[in-house]
Amino acid sequence: MISNKTKDKLFQYWALSCTVLGLVLLSIFIGNILLDGLHRIDWNFLTALPSRRAEKAGIYTAMLGTVWILVLTAMIAFPLGVATAIFLEEYGGQSRLSKLLEINISNLAGVPSVIYGLLGLEVFARALKLGPSLLTGSITLSLLVLPIVIVSTREAIKAVPGSLREASYALGATQWQTIWNQVLPASYGGILTGVILALSRAVGEAAPLIVVGALAYVPFAPTTPMDEFTVLPIQIFNWVSRPQHSFSINASAAIIILLLITFLMNGIAVYMRNKWQNKLKIKS
Amino acid sequence: MSRSIQKREKVIEMALKVSALISILTTIGIILVLTVQTVSFFKEVSIFDFFTDTEWTPLFAQKHFGILPLITGTLLVAVVAIAFALPVGLSIAIYLNEYASTNARKIIKPALELLAAVPTVVYGFFALTIVTPALQTFIPGMASFNALSAGLVMGIMIIPFISSLSEDALHAVPHSLREAAYGMGSTKFQTAFKVIVPAASSGILVSIILAISRAIGETMIVAIAAGQQPRLTLSPLVPIETITAYIVQVSLGDVPHGSLEYNTIFAAGITLFAFTFLLNYISFRLKKKYQEKYE
Repeated sequence: MISNKTKDKLFQYWALSCTVLGLVLLSIFIGNILLDGLHRIDWNFLTALPSRRAEKAGIYTAMLGTVWILVLTAMIAFPLGVATAIFLEEYGGQSRLSKLLEINISNLAGVPSVIYGLLGLEVFARALKLGPSLLTGSITLSLLVLPIVIVSTREAIKAVPGSLREASYALGATQWQTIWNQVLPASYGGILTGVILALSRAVGEAAPLIVVGALAYVPFAPTTPMDEFTVLPIQIFNWVSRPQHSFSINASAAIIILLLITFLMNGIAVYMRNKWQNKLKIKS
Repeated sequence: MSRSIQKREKVIEMALKVSALISILTTIGIILVLTVQTVSFFKEVSIFDFFTDTEWTPLFAQKHFGILPLITGTLLVAVVAIAFALPVGLSIAIYLNEYASTNARKIIKPALELLAAVPTVVYGFFALTIVTPALQTFIPGMASFNALSAGLVMGIMIIPFISSLSEDALHAVPHSLREAAYGMGSTKFQTAFKVIVPAASSGILVSIILAISRAIGETMIVAIAAGQQPRLTLSPLVPIETITAYIVQVSLGDVPHGSLEYNTIFAAGITLFAFTFLLNYISFRLKKKYQEKYE
């Protein structure tokens, strides 16, 4: 018979090992990738066009595609998401519309990303005749990450003390003046954190872009939002699907770059969140 | 207040409302697109065959349109993922909520979030090039593409999902219950498993349902590591295909727009959408219910 004290200790060890398990596995994976791919990264790899010969191939077009997608998605998702959140928090109240919006947003957050791809394919690429362009891709990804932006913006706005609003109204400010001059400046840290997290999600997405029609082989760098494109995750997927080992090394190298981008964005988001939360604590 | 300012206030409110409506248009758009294409799919394929045929070969000369192999493939990977992620994720949640110090939590939580931040193509690459070869040394008959490694790696990705949602549920349990258990002389272990976990069970259930929904919608891991062979099987060691992987497979090929093959991805898509919608709906209702319980 094991005593209750021992059971307690045993569970504590088990739970602690569970906590580190995922991180240990991830470190092993990343260690492997670094061993495989780090030596492949050089100036040529970053600036070369794609090629059917693994040794000559580079990620130039995929990198530029990723940057384009990032910028366009930010330009679409940021204003839309923040506007929706402001409407829900400051204007919506308990109306039927805002309840419907709330249910709808939590449902959208659970829709698989490939389904957004099907939406993008039929509506933006075909019906609106935008084709498999950067614009189609970034509109699709914007809709995908919109719930993330909305939810985090709402939390940020909610955290603004009511006294700030009341003080503004007392000085004769209108509702919008209060939102624009008081609420948004006081919550921008939280909003920005949400936007960065949403964008880091968008940077890693491949499935919806493949469905929309983004190509794996794009031998030129996109110059306008109407150009066809590829992104890093699709380039990686393409290299992973090939049996030759030399392409697998290319995939490892491209993964290092992609992880660098996503971890950097997540790091910035976590740092900003901590800073913003501390600021709130001091205020209240 | 001047009239122009009043007018501006109204215009701004309208603009915000219109932006908010875009999220509703998105939902309508998704349902419309999936339904329209699926209707034209079912003009050529009988619904009965779709749900009962045991083969899915729309891209072959001998065409069969049975969705069952794709559904079993999807569920198989999801079951493996949840079987791995649930005990681990739940243990982490209990540890963070009942045992860990505030400082430890501050480090552990963002570290775990890192697992969810890794792009899924990268996880797919891990599954194919690291996990499968490693498992093959223990399981000699295992194929290079299989549901087991895809599911396990997906499980790693889902851990933070389960742990953070379950932790919220555990956290919502009133402190008085915990204190009462301690007062009776319970250890932390007894308190956690006899009092807190049962009290938070519906919240934990929500986290499991959402994790399943996440697992069946995941695409790139399975597209890379689970294979592209629709097969009605329960064996996690052979190549299979999930609904999501099939959609990607067709999207990469040269299937002409409007053809029957093209419409299959929408029929598959609406099946997937129905599954995730149902799961999300159940979790939404459950959440409403347990939130009421403690308020």
